[in-house]
Amino acid sequence: MKLRTFGRHWKEGIKNLARNGWMSFASVSAVTVTLLLVGVFVALLLNLNEVGSQIEDDVEVRVFIDLTAKEQQQEALKQKIQGVPKVSSVTFQSKEEGLKQLIKSLGDEGKAFSSLEKENPLNDVFIVKTANPQDTIEVAKEVKNFKSVEKVEYAKDTVERLFKVMNVSRNVGLGLIIGLLFTAMFLIANTIKITIVARKREIEIMKLVGATNWFIRWPFLIEGVLIGVLGAVIPISLLVFGYDYIYTEITTRYPTLFIDLLPVYPFVLQLAGLLVLIGMIIGVWGSFTSMRKFLRV
Amino acid sequence: MIEMKDVWKTYPNGVKAVNGIDIKIDKGEFVYIVGPSGAGKSTFIKMIYREERPTKGQIVVNGTDLSKLKERQVPRLRRHIGIVFQDFKLLPKLSVYENIAFALEVIEESKPNIRKRVMEALDLVSLKNKARFLPDELSGGEQQRVSIARAIVNNPDVLITDEPTGNLDPETAWGIMDLLEEINNKGTTVLMATHNKEIVNTIKKRVIAIESGMIARDEIRGEYGYEA
Ligand SMILES: Nc1ncnc2c1ncn2[C@@H]1O[C@H](COP(=O)(O)OP(=O)(O)O)[C@@H](O)[C@H]1O
Ligand SMILES: [Mg+2]
Repeated sequence: MKLRTFGRHWKEGIKNLARNGWMSFASVSAVTVTLLLVGVFVALLLNLNEVGSQIEDDVEVRVFIDLTAKEQQQEALKQKIQGVPKVSSVTFQSKEEGLKQLIKSLGDEGKAFSSLEKENPLNDVFIVKTANPQDTIEVAKEVKNFKSVEKVEYAKDTVERLFKVMNVSRNVGLGLIIGLLFTAMFLIANTIKITIVARKREIEIMKLVGATNWFIRWPFLIEGVLIGVLGAVIPISLLVFGYDYIYTEITTRYPTLFIDLLPVYPFVLQLAGLLVLIGMIIGVWGSFTSMRKFLRV
Repeated sequence: MIEMKDVWKTYPNGVKAVNGIDIKIDKGEFVYIVGPSGAGKSTFIKMIYREERPTKGQIVVNGTDLSKLKERQVPRLRRHIGIVFQDFKLLPKLSVYENIAFALEVIEESKPNIRKRVMEALDLVSLKNKARFLPDELSGGEQQRVSIARAIVNNPDVLITDEPTGNLDPETAWGIMDLLEEINNKGTTVLMATHNKEIVNTIKKRVIAIESGMIARDEIRGEYGYEA
């Protein structure tokens, strides 16, 4: 395409946008609302994922070894646990180590337990990790019945609830996002259809004097892209400042929180890029769907 | 220049508009297409610039077999064909100059080239002094001259006109005929579908008469042959 022609297409696209002002405004607003929600959802989902994977890393099954078990039996048990499918590692933690950790994790109050060092009431423990954290439930159930096992412990409720919440919110969020995207696309398609109907005669003449389909398409594509990009401006500004604000609030107010949110940069920049891209795609898509039948002259 | 071999056209609604036409039109000819309303004249013409495609048969324009033409090659075909309509098809918000220049802009001609060619075309149709007028400010005959100027501004090999005088009073119609003859004299092939008996009988040219989608007559210096 010649540079001159490219300039012309932009002028025409902007003219189209200005000519049906209210419809353009409605489409831009629809994109704005959509992208705002998409942005919030994406930010939530990604952070949920991040937190989830941090917690997942901590998910483990603690296998309490029977106090009467001899070293040989312990070794046999270890072999057996390692033989269970989906188990990725089995680590031995002696009762002395266990007590040390407990005292340490309790800080000052833990010192009171120091006296127990002689009469350690704890068990020796196998710490079992699975390749996929969701498998801990299954593995725990199986290991429970092995010989020399006194009991197994795992964060049953936490794990199960966490996965349920994550799956549900992921699905609901995705469903909503897809619905919203289609709505916005439909509105853009309608706006552009109005432009095209208004210029039907012009398009017919263009085709009759030998204009290519792409020559005719460009201004409408540009119109769609402009609607998409304009619609992304407000959501991006709100999300960049909003996320920065929330991140700062949470990290300064709850510095001891055991989870880490995604850092502001580069996250918000990636999010902004994503929103502009989505805006452009629904704009282009919208104009393509509304143009198809008008080019058949 | 234009050749049709056993061409048929049935519209999707079942109307058989063209039923087995064989025709050959040479470069530089001036041809009238006559026949009663609904005979298939417009359909015949539309197939030449590929607004309609034949159901069956072969059409060759300027050496190009239209059945082998891909959709994206149609613009190139049309750049060699000028088309004029009974209702002019001018853009009301553009001036006379802009309406003609439009045809060159959309095929990406350069600005200076556009200016030069539009002025030449305006000169040919004697409307140089009305270049800045809007179509509504012109008479019917003048509007038709603008649409002819737009059709010929990129020097097409053939000018196709569908009842170009249909909306004009007789006197104005003669003026348009003078213009079409002048364009023909410069070497452009001219095809004209018409109902105008007086013109056909006075300015003697080849006459192709179409009835019920078939060629009823084809005479070198023909007569209109119907009661107008
Ligand atoms: N797009 C169309 N769809 C269906 N039928 C059509 C269409 N265009 C023309 N026809 C029919 O085809 C026949 C020939 O029409 P047309 O070629 O316009 O004749 P003419 O120009 O000689 O009056 C008519 O019966 C007309 O109703
Ligand atoms: Mg007709």
